[in-house]
Amino acid sequence: MKYLDEYRQAGGVRRLIAEVGRRLRAPCAIMEVCGGQTHTLIRTGLDRMLPPGITMIHGPGCPVCVTPLELIDQALVIARRPEVIFTSFGDMMRVPGSETDLLAVKAAGGDVRIVYSPLDALRLAQQNPHREVVFFAVGFETTAPANASAVWRAKRLGLRNFSILCSQVLVPPALETILSAPDCGVDAIIAAGHVCAIMGYEEYEPIAARHELPIVVTGFEPLDLLEGILMAVSALAEERCGVENQYARAVTRPGNRRAQALIAEVFQVTDRSWRGIGPIPASGLALTPAYREFDAALRFGTTELKRREHPDCIAGAILRGRRKPNECPAFGAACTPLRPLGAPMVSSEGACAAYYHSGRVACRA
Amino acid sequence: MSGLNGKRPRSGSRAPDVEAPAPMATCAPAHAAATIQLAHGGGGLLSRWLVEREFLPAFANPLLQPLHDGAVLAPATGRLAITTDSFVVRPLFFPGGDIGSLAVHGTLNDLAMCGARPLGLSLACILEEGLDFEVLRRIIASAGGAAATAGVFIVTGDTKVVDRGKADGVFITTTGIGVVREGIEIAPARIRPGDRILLSGAIAEHGVAILSVREGLRFETTIESDAANLQPLVERMLAAGGEAVHCLRDPTRGGVASVVSELASAARVGMQLHEDRIPVREDVHAACEMLGLDPLYVANEGKCIAFVAPERAGAVLAAMKAHRLGANAADIGEVTADDPGVVVLRTRIGGTRVVDLPVGELLPRIC
Repeated sequence: MKYLDEYRQAGGVRRLIAEVGRRLRAPCAIMEVCGGQTHTLIRTGLDRMLPPGITMIHGPGCPVCVTPLELIDQALVIARRPEVIFTSFGDMMRVPGSETDLLAVKAAGGDVRIVYSPLDALRLAQQNPHREVVFFAVGFETTAPANASAVWRAKRLGLRNFSILCSQVLVPPALETILSAPDCGVDAIIAAGHVCAIMGYEEYEPIAARHELPIVVTGFEPLDLLEGILMAVSALAEERCGVENQYARAVTRPGNRRAQALIAEVFQVTDRSWRGIGPIPASGLALTPAYREFDAALRFGTTELKRREHPDCIAGAILRGRRKPNECPAFGAACTPLRPLGAPMVSSEGACAAYYHSGRVACRA
Repeated sequence: MSGLNGKRPRSGSRAPDVEAPAPMATCAPAHAAATIQLAHGGGGLLSRWLVEREFLPAFANPLLQPLHDGAVLAPATGRLAITTDSFVVRPLFFPGGDIGSLAVHGTLNDLAMCGARPLGLSLACILEEGLDFEVLRRIIASAGGAAATAGVFIVTGDTKVVDRGKADGVFITTTGIGVVREGIEIAPARIRPGDRILLSGAIAEHGVAILSVREGLRFETTIESDAANLQPLVERMLAAGGEAVHCLRDPTRGGVASVVSELASAARVGMQLHEDRIPVREDVHAACEMLGLDPLYVANEGKCIAFVAPERAGAVLAAMKAHRLGANAADIGEVTADDPGVVVLRTRIGGTRVVDLPVGELLPRIC
């Protein structure tokens, strides 16, 4: 398959791993930002094939994992309403709120449906004029253009029964927060390729300069990740900092201007709380005043919910790259995919779930 | 008792206005109903009419004909196997099959996985009031056709009708009885380290076919369910391998990964699969990539996995490949003594990961 098979060749993988080993000057810690990249590393076993001396730190790039507890609970309140058809991508269905999750609400009679695109939710609204259709708009900049497009269209169509529960987050402020922490041990960043396909990578240049480290925009296939790691290791060896682009087949420096314009039309930057990290200023998106009628939290009056996390969940430390999942006392015991205490154990891109499903056998590379 | 016109009949003579009742089979309802009514499951006239007019011709066989409470089969020698399955698939019709043919194939396959040849099937339906008659006809014809092609009779059944909104169209439960072949011992406990793991063909087609119709996804190629009767294939496999075939399982809900994980636990052995040897068609692979599905966890309805002693594995694999249903069969791994209960996947790029049971519903109601 084009653009996939070429990047999964075992021969290429072996060659690049050897090359990385040759270029490596000193032990280093590299953070891959995006949950999709974490998923590839764990799913293919690539993280355990890297030369000794490279530690991969799993970053906060799982939008499901960082959606705040209050927002999940708001979703549950809205989904329980009889007039609502609550739509979401599949991976939000089992994320635990304070007491329950969307799947349990569905089992109890709520009309909760999995969709593959926000435009599916829009279509549902058009087909069901007497129901309220709500779409759970979760994601990084990658999903923002499609979600903006759905809201933009809803306004043009004059739809009165469509709204979104917005949980859009932005990567650069989160990176800034992590890198600014006094005990941050990250030496280089593998940046999220699809986020940068939308936004470009100009905004990462001041981050790289301020924190004096290499940032490599990287794709998602095994060879992409290895090339990105190689570029990071080479930059470290040569003491270069700045932004490089491994994912050139999809990413340009300015990014997708049309998508950015659409985002700017529908959304504005806002402060947002990240589950496990806490509030980060100017790190999220909310609907602009012109589109605020499509805000589900306002429409259903759920904005005042305040919640506390399960005390045993150390998702925050894991999302900041400070701890590994198997260092958590609850890991595999009180917290399993069947009975998750926090989001990283539920989401298929969450570090805890990835570790749980792969970490029970000693490595035999 | 009064006659039909209100007059009392003279004792000893039949009232002149009463006609002889018509034979049961021609007692059609006064107006031909286009949909199923509650009365069709009530055990009365309409029930009888439904069975005689629709089910009987579609399943035509001498054992069903008496329409007694049960069917009596000819004596059989050997160990008996029995299996049952309920089918609640949504949508009722999908590329490559429907709930009727799926029900027949599914139960025949479960008997095959026991090493048993079928003696007969039962088929029970729960119908929803308001179900379109044409839909039911198509399903019954499909089930009858699948059974006839397999050379198996549907010898008994049942029909109930529930209120509108209580059954989602049609639910079917099939039970199969069969005789286990002589010299065959199929059991998870027989799986042992060193056994080869054989897969009969490309995976994930059924689940993707269902999902594509359900979600209204349109791919450039239509992906069809692989639903099929595996009896002829298993016949060849058992002829080639005999008691060296230690276990058989068809990877339905949960896919190859679930089945292999369950068996590793049940047999207390480790297993190792090789990702690059597991056949997946290119279009199915592309659909899974797009939908974020792992083919290892997607359902199949026309595939089987065999655990075979190494000295006979080659012969069994050759026998599979010689049959239409096993043309793409492959040796996908081995049973090990390490890490009992754990299944390890050697990934395409040379890494490893553990294959686990899925948590929750990957694709609900696919069979």
